[in-house]
Amino acid sequence: MADKTTIIVFSGDLDKAMASFIIANGAAAMGSEVTMFFTFWGLNILRKENAAPGKKPWMERLFGAMMPKGPERLGLSKLNMGGLGAKMMKWAMRRKNVSTLPQLIEMAREQGVKLVACTMSMDVLGIRPEELIDGVDFGGVAAYLGEAYDAKLNLFI
Amino acid sequence: MADLVVDARGLSCPMPIVKAKKGIDSLQPGQVMELITTDKGSVNDVQAWAKQAGHEVLSVEERNGEYRFRIQKG
Repeated sequence: MADKTTIIVFSGDLDKAMASFIIANGAAAMGSEVTMFFTFWGLNILRKENAAPGKKPWMERLFGAMMPKGPERLGLSKLNMGGLGAKMMKWAMRRKNVSTLPQLIEMAREQGVKLVACTMSMDVLGIRPEELIDGVDFGGVAAYLGEAYDAKLNLFI
Repeated sequence: MADLVVDARGLSCPMPIVKAKKGIDSLQPGQVMELITTDKGSVNDVQAWAKQAGHEVLSVEERNGEYRFRIQKG
């Protein structure tokens, strides 16, 4: 049986999301079965850019409007400077021929990395399943633990 | 002669090993893949990848900033 890798993606920062997906892609290339669990701010990485919010209580609508919609809108965990830092980082990475976050996500999916969204934090933040990219699974803490107990490598990012 | 040549020049981490994995998946055990990279980290990365994935690195060569690996599928 293949080794298993689990990654909890708690952070919704561009730099940390990239680190998560680089490790996920590397682990998948090494033959590991990879599952990524997205919780709290990490859920924003999986949001569609143009999903209609639909009918929601005002606080959920506010959360939805204030949080970044998808991988292109994320900021840096350090030196973000109101988004300028993220722009500079993306420019520097393009010059160095580093894959972009959307490319890394696409690559992870191609490699069979499983993406699981935490339903409890979706509930709290008011994120509906249809606002996330297609092909995402849904689960809670037991779904994560069930995979993590079997995994050789577990990261919290 | 290699059974397959995979060109990962200009690509940075983690793409060389992702490409290597895709390439070697198309081969039969015992066949040889040649992988060309320019990423300095790939010297260690490719060897760690091969060890973990059960393939054998037959040779590594550096020439003009390019790394050429010959890898036999395990």
